[in-house]
Amino acid sequence: MSEDVLFQLNGVGKSFVKGKEKISIFDDLNMSIERGDFVAIMGPSGSGKTTLLNMLGGVDQPTSGEIWFDGTRIDSLSESALTRWRAQNIGFIFQFYNLMPMLNAQRNVELPLLLTKLSKAQRRKNVETALALVGLSDRAKHMSSEMSGGQQQRVAIARAIVSDPKLILCDEPTGDLDRATADEILEMLQLLNRDHGKTIVMVTHDPAAAKYAKLTLHLDKGKFVQREIVA
Amino acid sequence: MNDLYLIYKNMTRKPLRLFLTCFAIFIAFLIFGAVTSLKTALNSSVELSADNRLVVFNRINFTQSLPISYFQKVAAVEGVKDVTHLNWFGGYYQEQSRQIVSLAVDPESYLRVYEEIVIPEEQKQAWFNNRQGALVGEKLAQIYGWKVGDRIPISSNIFTHKDGGYTWEFVVSGIFKGDSEQYDTRQMLFHYKYFMETQTFGNDWIGWMALTTDDPSLNEKVAKTIDDSFANSQSETDTSTEKSFNKAFIEQIGNIGLIIFSVVFTAFFTILIVVGNTMALAIRERTGEIAVLKTLGFSSARIFRMVLSESLLIAFIGGLSGLAAAWLLVEGVKTFLARFLPNLILDGDIALQALLFMLLLGIITGLLPAFNALRLNIVSAFNRQP
Repeated sequence: MSEDVLFQLNGVGKSFVKGKEKISIFDDLNMSIERGDFVAIMGPSGSGKTTLLNMLGGVDQPTSGEIWFDGTRIDSLSESALTRWRAQNIGFIFQFYNLMPMLNAQRNVELPLLLTKLSKAQRRKNVETALALVGLSDRAKHMSSEMSGGQQQRVAIARAIVSDPKLILCDEPTGDLDRATADEILEMLQLLNRDHGKTIVMVTHDPAAAKYAKLTLHLDKGKFVQREIVA
Repeated sequence: MNDLYLIYKNMTRKPLRLFLTCFAIFIAFLIFGAVTSLKTALNSSVELSADNRLVVFNRINFTQSLPISYFQKVAAVEGVKDVTHLNWFGGYYQEQSRQIVSLAVDPESYLRVYEEIVIPEEQKQAWFNNRQGALVGEKLAQIYGWKVGDRIPISSNIFTHKDGGYTWEFVVSGIFKGDSEQYDTRQMLFHYKYFMETQTFGNDWIGWMALTTDDPSLNEKVAKTIDDSFANSQSETDTSTEKSFNKAFIEQIGNIGLIIFSVVFTAFFTILIVVGNTMALAIRERTGEIAVLKTLGFSSARIFRMVLSESLLIAFIGGLSGLAAAWLLVEGVKTFLARFLPNLILDGDIALQALLFMLLLGIITGLLPAFNALRLNIVSAFNRQP
C-alpha cells in the first residue's frame, strides 16, 4: 500500500440475511482513498453508499474482504478497539446534524475531546479554534434549538474537526438544507480539504454537492460504475 | 465538561419528569422511613429482650398474682441464674392522664436480672439503702423535671395506701439509663417491701417473676420444670421467654409486621414499575443520541455506566430527600406519641436499610436501560431515526 493511500478496501463484501433471503450489498468492492482527497460517493437509493460509509467509519463490519486504514487493518479489530480507533481517527458529519439537544454549541463541540487526555484549558482552546473556523464563535453558548439548520451543521463540522481526525466522513451533509446554506457548508468542507489538508469522504444524492469534491465515485448495485475527477 | 455533567444534563432535560420521578421515590422512602420507625418502636421490647430471660405469670392471665413463696422455689430450679419479682403499681403523677410505668421490685435481684439498666454505683447503693427510694428512668425524669433527692408523690389507680389515700411518696435515689438508645427509660422502680408494708391488699404475693437462665439453650427445660412444679396448685404458672411474651403481647394489636411489610412492599413495587418504565422511556428517547456518542468513540461500557449512574442519582436524590422527610416527621411526632411509643426513632439501622433499598432501586431500574444502551447497534439506531 502506497504511503499516500489512507484507506484501502480489498475485495470487500457485505451481505445480510432478511428472513430466509440473503441480501448482498457488495460482493467484491475495491477502492483506495489517498490522503488529502475529497471524495464524493453518489448513487441511487439502496446502492450501498451509507453502508460503505459506515464500514469506512468502523461502525459496520464487512462480511468478507479487508479494510486497511493508514497501515492498520480495521475490519478485524474488536468492538472496543474499533471504538478507540474511531475516536482517534474519524470525524463524522450527519445529515440531521445529530447534536445533543441538552448541550450548547461549545459543549457539543467539546464532546469528542472527552475521549482525549487534553487538559480542560487545552480542550477549551481547541473548541474555540474549531468554532472560529466554522464562523460560530459568537454562538458558542447557544443551544441547538436556537440555531438554524446551517448553523447546526456548522457546529457538527466543528465537532468533527475539533480532535483533528485524519478523515472526515459526511453522510448527506446538505440533505436537510436549502441550496444557499448547502453551498456554504460545502464551501466550508472544501476549505477544510484545501487549506487544512483534511481527507473527506462524502455520501450525497446531490450532483451539485458532488462538484465540490475532487473525485466522484458512482456506486450502483454494490459496484463502482463511474469515476469522475474534477479539474 | 465531564461525564457527570453529561449525566446531569441528561437527567434534567425534562425537569417535570425528573421532579415527578423523584417525587415518587421521595414518597416511597418517606413511607419506608416512617413506617419502619413505627415498626421498630413497636417491636423494640421484643428486640431488646435478653435471649436467656424468662417470665413467669399466673396461668389464668398476667393480671393475676402469684404467692411470694414461689420466688424461692423458682430460684432453686436447676439452670436458673437469677430471679426477681415484680408488681404492677398502676401509677400516675398528679393526674390520671399522666400514667407512669411503675413497678414494685426487689432492688438487688432486679438489677441482676435486668443488666441493661445503667446507673452510677453510688445511686444504686443509695436506692438499696432507702426503702422509700425509687429509681427513675432518664426520660421520665426529663419529662417531670425530677432530680436525685426530690420527693415525688405517685398515686395508684389500683391500690390503696394504709393511710386511706391512693398516693405514695418516694424519694428519687437514682436516675437510670439503658445500655442502648432504644431502651425504654420511661419507668420507675421502687422497693417491693415498702409497697407491701403500705398497701392494703395483704402481704406475700407478687405480680410475676423474671429470671435469667445459665444459657438460652436451657430456657425450654427451665420453663417446663417451673410449670410442672406448680401444676395442680392453686396458682399454676405459665413460663415463657420474655421475647415470646412481648411478641405475643404486640400481636394482640395486630400483625403489625405483616401490615407494614405489605404497605411498604406495595408502595415499593408500584414505584419500581413507574420509575423503571420512566427510565426505560427516557433512554429509548435517546437512542439516536447514544448512537452518536458511540459513533464519536464513547465506549459501550462508558455509556452503560452513565445510564446506570443517572438511574442511581435519581434513586438517591428522591430517596435521601424522602428519608430526610421521614426523619423530620418522626422527630416531629415522637414527643406527641412518647406515651405510646417511647422508642420511636429513625435510627442508623433504618437509614442503612433505606440506603440499601435506594441502591437496589437505582440498579434495578437502571440496569435494563443501561444494558439496552450497551448493546445498541449504531447502524440499527440510525436506521430508526426519522
